[in-house]
Amino acid sequence: MTDSETEVACPLLELRNLGCERDERLLFSGLDVQLFAGDVVQIGGPNGAGKTTLLRAIAGISTDFHGQILYAGQPLPAAAWEFAGDSLYLGHLPGIKKALTPAENLEWYKAQNGAAISINDALAAVGLYGYEDTPCYQLSAGQLRRVALARLHLSRARIWILDEPFTAIDKLGVSQLEALIARQCAQGGLVMLTSHQDLTLPQLRMVNLQDYQPVRNGTKNGLGSLIDGDAYHG
Amino acid sequence: MGDKVPVAGLLGGFVASFRRDLLIAARHKAELTNPLVFFLIAVTLIPLGVSPEKSVLTLLAPGIVWVMALLATLLSLDGLFRSDYDDGSLEQMLISPQSLYFTVMAKVLVHWLVSGLPVTLLAPVLGLMLSLPVEGYLPLLVSLALGTASMSLIGAVGAALTVSLRKGGLLLSLIVMPLYIPVLIFGASAVQTAVQGGAIGMQLAVLGAFLALAIVLAPIAALGALRISTNG
Repeated sequence: MTDSETEVACPLLELRNLGCERDERLLFSGLDVQLFAGDVVQIGGPNGAGKTTLLRAIAGISTDFHGQILYAGQPLPAAAWEFAGDSLYLGHLPGIKKALTPAENLEWYKAQNGAAISINDALAAVGLYGYEDTPCYQLSAGQLRRVALARLHLSRARIWILDEPFTAIDKLGVSQLEALIARQCAQGGLVMLTSHQDLTLPQLRMVNLQDYQPVRNGTKNGLGSLIDGDAYHG
Repeated sequence: MGDKVPVAGLLGGFVASFRRDLLIAARHKAELTNPLVFFLIAVTLIPLGVSPEKSVLTLLAPGIVWVMALLATLLSLDGLFRSDYDDGSLEQMLISPQSLYFTVMAKVLVHWLVSGLPVTLLAPVLGLMLSLPVEGYLPLLVSLALGTASMSLIGAVGAALTVSLRKGGLLLSLIVMPLYIPVLIFGASAVQTAVQGGAIGMQLAVLGAFLALAIVLAPIAALGALRISTNG
């Protein structure tokens, strides 16, 4: 084991024996996953497998789970503040006020979370140049989604939690988003996403909630099609 | 222009949410006038339904104005967190690195500015309509200003608890109404006493105490309730 491997030994995000129940139905349990900077993780599984529930639990919206979530080695309830500043969650609901313009919507986000680039640049990056001052109720579903996606450009967060980010955007938008996700990972970020699309990202790892079989001996962390999982454990 | 340093510290979320909500309120003018119109209509109908007799109205005026102000506030409560819940802004609020206490506080403050404050300012005019004696105007203004602010804060707890229910309107009224009763008793009593020429320091002090307590506790209860509501 080399020094560089020991340095990355502390995962950015770690799920320990995580399980979620919904209406007395077990969605998944015993989820042990270690996620490192530079990972893209696609949560797989059929409808109702608990993908959204898992992402909401990790994002800190839902506390209805058992097990532990660790951020940079610290358990989440204690490190929630640091995690909130370092994570970005994009859910099914875009969180966009239709009465406001895209610029005003992002202004609200920026004031709370800070921003890496200007709002106009972020809107231009998602192809909404010229729509800054158009009220959001005049935008199409795909454009609304793009306003929400502009947060990815704006945000300084390392951890992205994206629930169906490809919904309602066109083919060009999908490839741009994929490129953005790849860039985020190259810069040491971590992206967790759910999607029913087949993604073409080379660094993609899958966690399939449906056939998830916990492996307890620690050599593999039970990922469905883990390509380079062993390297992480040295 | 876009490179302004974001507002740092605890008040960042407060300022951002306050400005945003005020902007949204300004764009939904029709919804704003709902509680006011209700207040106006209800108070106007009382002389027609009860009696146009001056002596009767003078006796009833403080209570009627106060009860209608309470109902007008109740009417506007349901929307406090509803649109944020429906469009996902609430989730973003919950996980943003800002103090949720101040974000809730900002929302309640805007709610009061667009519902409680107009009702308070309109009240003396309606008092005139109900032939409220002149001595009652100032106590009515002060007691309503304190009382509607408390009611917005207390109502936020109920609104937060029922936000995830599709038809939470009735439940919201049931939760909030018992908590409004003390505010109503002391508020109406302040005006009544002033009309009869008594000192109203005690009533206003109690209303002020309610408000102080509500400012400290209600946002905490509301943010806890919001977390429960979004948990499902």
